[in-house]
Amino acid sequence: MSKNFQTIIRPKDKLFNLKLGELFSSRELIWLFVKRDFLAMYKQTILGPLWFIINPLITTLIFTIVFGNIANLPTDEAPDFLFYMSSNIVWTYFATCLSKNSNTFVSNARLFGKVYFPRLITPISTTISAMINFGVQFIMYLCFVIYYTCVGAISPNAYILITPVLIITCALLSIGLGIIVSSLTTKYRDLSVLVGFGITLWMYLTPVVYPASQIDASLLPLFMLNPMAPIIEAFRYAFLGAGMFSWGYLGISFLTTLVVLTVGIVLFGKVERTFMDTI
Amino acid sequence: MSEIIRAENIKKCYKLGEIGGRTLLGSSQSFFARLFGKDDPNTKIGSKNYDKNETFTALDDVSFSINKGETVGIIGRNGAGKSTLLKILSRITAPTDGCVYLDGRVSSMLEIGTGFHAELTGRENIYLNGAILGMSRREVDEKLDDIIEFSECEQFIDTPIKRYSSGMYVKLAFAVAAHLNSEILIMDEVLAVGDAAFVRKCIEKMRSIAEEENRTILYVSHNMDTVKNLCTRTIVLDKGKIIYDGDTDEAIKHYLSSGTHSETHMTFDENNLSKKLKNKQRAVNLLGASYPSNANTTDENGMLNININWTNKDDITDLCFRLTVYDSTLKSVATSMLYDFYSGKAGQNESVTLSFDMSTLAPGRYETRYTLFRRSGITDDIESYMGLSFYKTESILKAQTKWHSSVWGSAMLPTPEIV
Repeated sequence: MSKNFQTIIRPKDKLFNLKLGELFSSRELIWLFVKRDFLAMYKQTILGPLWFIINPLITTLIFTIVFGNIANLPTDEAPDFLFYMSSNIVWTYFATCLSKNSNTFVSNARLFGKVYFPRLITPISTTISAMINFGVQFIMYLCFVIYYTCVGAISPNAYILITPVLIITCALLSIGLGIIVSSLTTKYRDLSVLVGFGITLWMYLTPVVYPASQIDASLLPLFMLNPMAPIIEAFRYAFLGAGMFSWGYLGISFLTTLVVLTVGIVLFGKVERTFMDTI
Repeated sequence: MSEIIRAENIKKCYKLGEIGGRTLLGSSQSFFARLFGKDDPNTKIGSKNYDKNETFTALDDVSFSINKGETVGIIGRNGAGKSTLLKILSRITAPTDGCVYLDGRVSSMLEIGTGFHAELTGRENIYLNGAILGMSRREVDEKLDDIIEFSECEQFIDTPIKRYSSGMYVKLAFAVAAHLNSEILIMDEVLAVGDAAFVRKCIEKMRSIAEEENRTILYVSHNMDTVKNLCTRTIVLDKGKIIYDGDTDEAIKHYLSSGTHSETHMTFDENNLSKKLKNKQRAVNLLGASYPSNANTTDENGMLNININWTNKDDITDLCFRLTVYDSTLKSVATSMLYDFYSGKAGQNESVTLSFDMSTLAPGRYETRYTLFRRSGITDDIESYMGLSFYKTESILKAQTKWHSSVWGSAMLPTPEIV
C-alpha cells in the first residue's frame, strides 16, 4: 500500500531544485528575518537608522576629495560629488550583499543546526534588508539629483526607468555568488577571507571611482565583461546623462548573473542537506 | 490509525577527522600528490600514505512506523544515535541512505531556544519562532496569550531574551513549541534544565497535547520516570540500531540491562569497582555470585537464595555483607544487612549461601548491589558491585491485583489486622 506522504526526506535531491513553493509559503518568515536584522541593528544605538545616510555621505565626500581633487581623476563631465555618490550607493549595495551572503552558513550555523526552514531564506532576507538600506540612500541620492538638475549641471534621461532592473540584477548576482562562496566555505574556510579583499579588488576593476571612458579602447571589451561594470555605467548614464550605456554589455551582464545564480542554486542545494556535518 | 512517520532503512555515516586538507591549498596539494603517486605532504610522518577517511556509522538500518497521536519515547545510551535520528527527522541533516516519509509539519526542540535571537524581546521571539516553525502571524496571535501564560514570563515578555535566565529561556521555548499547530512534536532532552515543577507541567501539557489535540510526540530523555509517565511506546537505540520497539516498561528494562552476564551466574571484574574502593587496600576480593536454584526468581515463600564466593587477601575479622535492592529505574528500595558473619585468614577462598526474605517486596524485576564491609566505628566498605537481577514472583496465595509500583512503591506491607 502506498500512501501519499506530505514530505519525503531522501539522501539525495534533484539537481536543480528551487523549491519555490516552500519559499513562497515562508514569505512571512522572510519578512520576520528582515525585521530581525533591522531591529538588531538599531537596538541600543542613538543614531540608529541615520547611519544609513551618514555612511554614504561621508564616503562620497572622501572619494570626492581623494579621487576627485587630489588624484584629479576625470568624471566624464558630471559633477564630482554626484558621480561618486552614484557609484557608491550601487556598489555598496552589491558589496554588502555579497559579503553577507558569502557567510550565510557560517554565521547562521547556530540557527541552521537547530531548526529546519528553507535555507535559501537567509540570503534572500539579507538581500532584501540591504535593499531597504539602498532604498533609503537612493532617496537621499534623488534629492541631490533633483538639486543638480535644477541647477542644470546634469541631464537625467528615460533610462532611469530601467534602474529597478539594474538593482535586481545586482541583487541576484550577489545572491548567486554569495551562495557559491557559502557552499564552498563550509569545507574550506579560506574562501571567506578571500571574499573580503576580493571585493575591494573588484571595486578597483569596476568603474566606481573612474569612468569607463578612461579605459584603453583595446582593453574595453574585456573590462566590460565584468558584470558590475555595465550596471554602474548604465546607472550613472541614466541619472547624470554622462557615461557609457550599452545594451550589449548589459545583456552579457544579465546572462552572467543568470549563469552564476543557476550554479549557485545547484551547489547550494547539494550542500544544504549535509553541511551541518562539516561546518 | 493513520501512519504519520515512516522511516525506512535509515543510515547515517559521518566522516571522522579533519575534513579534507583543511585549506583549499592543502586539499589541492594532497590531491595532486596522490594523482602523481607522490607522498602526501599533509599526512603525519609515519602514517599511511593514503588518507583513508574513517567513517562512523551513527545510524544503521533504522526502520519504524509511527501513527498519528502516538507518544513514542526514544531512549538509549549516550552515543546510541538518538540525536542523530531526531536531526534527520527534523531535516537538519540528510540521511546517508534510506528514506523518511512525513505526513505533517514537524516542530522540534532540539536545544533550548531554537530560533531565538538574543537581541529581540520575548514577544518578538515568539513571533519569530512561531514563523520559523511554520505558523502564520494570525495563528501566533491567537495563541499568544496562552503561550505567555504558560511560560510564566509575563513580567519579562518585553525584555530582550539575552537577559533571561536559562530557566525562563526553556519555559518560553517550550511554551512556543507546545502551542504550535504542528502535527509532529519532537523533544530532545530539553526538560533537563527546568525545575521539577516546570518539568511536571510540561509532561502534563505534552500528555494533553497527545490526547486532546491528537498530535504525535517523539520524546528523548534519560529520565526514565518522565518517559514512563508520558510514553505508551518506546524505541531503544543501541550503537545506531534499534534493539527494542514496543511497550515502555519492557523497553526500559532492555535499556538498563544491556549487560552481558548470564541471569544466574556472574563473576566480578575489579575494573567495575568505584575509584574510591579500587585505590584502597582491600582485605577480601569478591569473585563471583550465583543462584543455587539456577533460577533468578524468588520461591513460593518469597525467599531468594544467593551464593557468593570470595578470596581473602589479608586476615579478616567481622566481615559484614549488605544487599541493596533497586527497582527497574535504579532507585533504591530496600536493604538487608548481615553483620559479623565471617572471620578468616589470608589466602583462603570462601563461599556462603545467604537466604533473603523478599516477601514484602512488590512483584516485579529488581536489580541488586552486593557490598562487603566492616564496621569499625563507621561502616567501612571493602568491595561493592552491582549484582544479579531477580524477579519477585506473584504469590499465588495473595489477591490478584496488579501492583502499580510507581504509585504504591516497592514495599508490600503485610495485610493489617482489624483491632
